Amino acid sequence: MNRALTDIYARYDRRKTSAGRGAFGQSRRGLLLRRVSKIAAACFASAALALTASGCGEASTESTTTESTGAADGKLKIGMAYDVGGRGDNSFNDSAARGLDKAKAELGAETKELTAKHGETPADREARLASLAKGGFNPVVAVGFAYKDTIDKVAPQFPKTSFGLVDSISDAKNVDNIVFTEEQGSYLAGVAAALKSKDGKIGFIGGVDLPLIKKFAAGFEQGVKETNPKASVQIQYLTTGTDLSGFGSPDKGKGAAEGMLDKGVDVIYTAAGGSGAGAIEAVAAKKGSWAIGVDSDQAKDPALKKYASVILTSVVKNVDTGVFELAKSVKDGKPLTGTHTYSLAEDGVSLTTTGDHLKDIQGKLDEAKKKIVDGQIKVNTTT
Amino acid sequence: MKKIDKERVLLGLAAPLLAIVVAFLVTAVVLLATGKEPFNAFGIMFDYGSKADSQVYILNKATTYYLAGLAVALGFRMNLFNIGVDGQYRLAAFFAAALGGALTLPGAIQIPLIILCAMIVGAMWAGIAGVLKVTRGVSEVVSTIMLNAIATAIIGYLLQTGRLGHLDTAGTKISTKPIPESSHFFEFPTATGPVWGFIVVAALAGVAYWFTLSRTRFGFDLRTVGQSGSAAEASGVNVKKMVVTSMLISGAVAGLVGMPTLLNDSYEYSGDFPVGIGFTGIAIALLGRNHPIGIALGAILWAFLERGSGQLEFQGYDKEIVGVIQGVIVLCVVIAYEVVRRYGLKRQQRQVGAKLAAQARNSEKQEVSA
Repeated sequence: MNRALTDIYARYDRRKTSAGRGAFGQSRRGLLLRRVSKIAAACFASAALALTASGCGEASTESTTTESTGAADGKLKIGMAYDVGGRGDNSFNDSAARGLDKAKAELGAETKELTAKHGETPADREARLASLAKGGFNPVVAVGFAYKDTIDKVAPQFPKTSFGLVDSISDAKNVDNIVFTEEQGSYLAGVAAALKSKDGKIGFIGGVDLPLIKKFAAGFEQGVKETNPKASVQIQYLTTGTDLSGFGSPDKGKGAAEGMLDKGVDVIYTAAGGSGAGAIEAVAAKKGSWAIGVDSDQAKDPALKKYASVILTSVVKNVDTGVFELAKSVKDGKPLTGTHTYSLAEDGVSLTTTGDHLKDIQGKLDEAKKKIVDGQIKVNTTT
Repeated sequence: MKKIDKERVLLGLAAPLLAIVVAFLVTAVVLLATGKEPFNAFGIMFDYGSKADSQVYILNKATTYYLAGLAVALGFRMNLFNIGVDGQYRLAAFFAAALGGALTLPGAIQIPLIILCAMIVGAMWAGIAGVLKVTRGVSEVVSTIMLNAIATAIIGYLLQTGRLGHLDTAGTKISTKPIPESSHFFEFPTATGPVWGFIVVAALAGVAYWFTLSRTRFGFDLRTVGQSGSAAEASGVNVKKMVVTSMLISGAVAGLVGMPTLLNDSYEYSGDFPVGIGFTGIAIALLGRNHPIGIALGAILWAFLERGSGQLEFQGYDKEIVGVIQGVIVLCVVIAYEVVRRYGLKRQQRQVGAKLAAQARNSEKQEVSA
């Protein structure tokens, strides 16, 4: 009889625990945890105390502070902080990386490259720039407008270091703001598109509807309209607002391009980072249509080379020039500061001619370029 | 009895320790496989992570993670899987930032207003999932994850110039209007940078979580529903009401997640406002076993690992290695707890069995002697 009782007790116990398991278990462990929690509380409290006690201890800065005073020791050390994607994105970051490689080769610079993570906070960006500056890197180049507020904060803390900020403008004194006239390059692309299109139906695919991408759209549309007033430009953004996936989704680029091609569009300009590959692929599948690439010469991109015959041109933003010039100025002991706009005039933005697809219209492009450089044509930055 | 308790404590501590040790071992293997020396990497992380400025960073980051962990844990205790914390905190932070940028009231009034706004928006957004669950039987897992995507779209639509967006001088960054300086949250200045004042709010939220769940009738009902809905219903708990209420509360706490960043750091909502913290919160709630102190330790560990990742990258290691550690820790924790739980259960059954057998022997003896 007592034997049976034991069994029932044990079974009851088992049932109770399995029912009590819920999603993440409470009953038995709940009891257990409550005991544990007291010990944990004690540990936590002492850890917190230890933490605050050592809060006035050594900082990571103190052990490594060697903030360099430029190229005093003759060796140029360049620190690069990339935007999300980093080296190898075949687009914006890669363009900056080319400038770094050039500085390495021609100026004998030592380099350190760090890359932003997806979903990081301003504190992470600050830590990244500060660690480069602390490590004695000078200049420290921040690639992408997301670094603007971070530069505002960090640059004044390291007055002897020169900072570079690509695509935005900071008011800090020791910062070289490297900005581009994307709209001018896009205007020329618009001229080319209008001249190459058979019935004037032209498309623009933007990655995300950010102000920066709208600059591309505005210049492009103006270029098309001023070349062929009867032409129309269809503008489409892959994603909106804070959803930045439009810069890295070839499938979205492909879908958008296919939609445009079905409506009779025969030239598509895609300013959408990694999504552009999908758009170019879609264009290649339809005979007689053209794609226009962006940021880097996409006809030379290893992954897109096979579509080179349909890539009319690419609007190149020469971030490398800006990066190299800053590095050189630091090496020469006269670091650049203030805002430097790399415009069409100094080839800060340009059209590529890989494949010679522009040969027949080169004259008209040169004419348009001259008008922009002379100021006869003023290109819009907003649509 | 006292002795058994001690063993239980040891068992309880064994699980997380085991998990962390195993996680580091696995990571060491991964590091070795990539041809890097593992102990040097750990050395770098610990050395750098224990520096004073790292401590400030870790506390600040853990503040955000702690709130996210609490929001998720509230749902877990109720057996609700609120994957939507991510959308809830972003939408909440966005509207709170827009409100904060539009007003210029004294800080003493405006800061509570901003926080309240965030909590209400978070609660409303989570409440949609709660109402759908009780009225239409929609699984909260599906609805909350869908609501995440909708939250992204709403923010994308409203964060435009002419709506709630505000363009910076360079014309490249769009954000809500910055919150006036008078409404910035207080900070604790230290020699190596300020510790965010919001850590106080996070601690209070932790105390409130503990008190509500373990010291109130509401908390008891919530845990009961979490363990068995039908049993709770039978004992007179209105389960539907509990589902909606706990979703609202979980959402309100989720609304707080973006506040440390907004009121202590960025002071505006822009395209680079941190995303994905809701999902980190799930990992941290798992790590902390839904316990307020466990979650705190989990949040600190998470922040510590992230702090180390930056330095690892600087030293030429792949920073992804920290992602590997984090993933392995969560897996190990889940496995270790299950292993320890089963062991504890067996042990307990043995003890109960032994006790009953002893009793039986005693009574038999009595019967014999009688």
